[in-house]
Amino acid sequence: MDSDIIKLNKVNFYYGPTRALTDITMNFVKNKVTALIGPSGCGKSTLLRLLNRMNDLIDGTRVEGEILFEDKNIYASDVDSVEIRRKIGMVFQKPNPFPKTIYNNISYGPKLTGIGADNMDALVERSLRQAVLWDEVKDILNKSAMNLSGGQQQRLCIARALAMKPDVLLMDEPTSALDPISTAKIEELIEELKKDYTIIIVTHNMQQAARISDETAFFYIGNLVEYNKTEKIFTNPDVKQTEDYITGRFG
Amino acid sequence: MQLIKNNSMTWRYFKQGLFFTCVRASALVITLALGGIIFYILYNGLSVINWDFITKPPTDAMTKGGIMPAILGTIYLTLGAIAIGLPLGIASAIYLTEYAKEGRVVRFIKVGINCLAGVPSVVFGLFGLGFFVIFLKFGSSILAGSLTLGFLILPTIIGASEEALKSVPQTFREASLSLGVSKWQTIFRIVLPNALPGILTGSILGIGRAAGETAPIMFTAAAFFTAKLPSSMFDEVMALPYHIYVLATAGTNIEATRPIQYGTVLVLVAVVLGIDLIAIVIRGYMRKNKRW
Repeated sequence: MDSDIIKLNKVNFYYGPTRALTDITMNFVKNKVTALIGPSGCGKSTLLRLLNRMNDLIDGTRVEGEILFEDKNIYASDVDSVEIRRKIGMVFQKPNPFPKTIYNNISYGPKLTGIGADNMDALVERSLRQAVLWDEVKDILNKSAMNLSGGQQQRLCIARALAMKPDVLLMDEPTSALDPISTAKIEELIEELKKDYTIIIVTHNMQQAARISDETAFFYIGNLVEYNKTEKIFTNPDVKQTEDYITGRFG
Repeated sequence: MQLIKNNSMTWRYFKQGLFFTCVRASALVITLALGGIIFYILYNGLSVINWDFITKPPTDAMTKGGIMPAILGTIYLTLGAIAIGLPLGIASAIYLTEYAKEGRVVRFIKVGINCLAGVPSVVFGLFGLGFFVIFLKFGSSILAGSLTLGFLILPTIIGASEEALKSVPQTFREASLSLGVSKWQTIFRIVLPNALPGILTGSILGIGRAAGETAPIMFTAAAFFTAKLPSSMFDEVMALPYHIYVLATAGTNIEATRPIQYGTVLVLVAVVLGIDLIAIVIRGYMRKNKRW
């Protein structure tokens, strides 16, 4: 049985006077991979960053409507954005490890938020194993993360997010800065992770969306055009615009 | 055809050569000026430098003996200025870059800081005299002098800190915040450590300036002569820049103390460079594993 972990109800989002998202109503299913696709500037990354309140960091933004996480509006005035981000982790487009050791990159979040403090070594190992990086770095945990390759850095960032034991993992084009081999590794990893996490991924790569996601949402100029099972979207979309985009006729 | 092409090439090489010569000459002039000053100070001052000069107090109405109290006084005042200017400056810069939203208030504060940077040092001295020495009743003391110098170097430290904080990639802040780490912890654990080498580099300039200033301390901290060493921060001290000023303009025997004057200048330069060196070493140490 599917259950919805995040529900959006008529969400509008503004950068100053500019409306970036228009009346978005959609639900994200627990323990599934949902891909957000669409041409540049369509609002998919904006939507992703709304889900863990990262857009709060930008001055002059405004949200209308409701975003419910486990049936609680994350934009309610009594909700602490810091708490939300502990439950909803994020991996960014460019790998962004801290200029610290590999170990300290992973332990940073748990240590400061008081998670798993009693057995940090185990938590670090567990997180790195989950991100399929452990075997590559187990002997260099005290070396700087900046010396790792781009693909390794991105898996480190995933491990760092996983160390917080989030419920949801948001990924903003996590492989766009990586070579095909690193990309393949991360895709395998996503396949593995969806057993335990709900994953929402923004991607510009159609094949990637088709390969790894269960659900796909197509956005165009701030509107949700079509949202359905990935097979359905990629084989028999209801809307002509979706078909045009997927087949490469525009975008 | 061939000839014209060659001519234009020659002209171009000539222009390039001329330009390089000018640039090299500029660099050379600066180096020569610096070298000249250092040579002049060394030539005139080196003869008086010995162990007694830097470890003994002045004797015979400051015409003989050493300058130890002045060296110590300058070190105290400089450390005091750092202790006051650095935390205050870094805190202000954190507010301006991390918390304050662009707007009228921030613009007003920034204009204020720029004005502060343009205030002549003697005005700081008079302010220190009026506020710290008289109004707050600190008297002429290390505390009053340090506070005055601290405020003097504040704009430099704020400016350097702002630049250093801004140069920390935004992605670090995002990464930290996305883990559910609070904004304050993000600043304290990620932003500040990565900005610290830059903050120190910029602050070196301010600190060096503080050590060499005469005007701000002559009303607030510096004594004409005191043989006893300070026992608390409410004591007056001798200070190198003021000592030079005194020997050169108001001493008991200006001509006879010429070598001592140059010796004191040499020591002051060495102390300033020493402070810079300490900061450079700290910066180098911090930078070692902070690369991105």
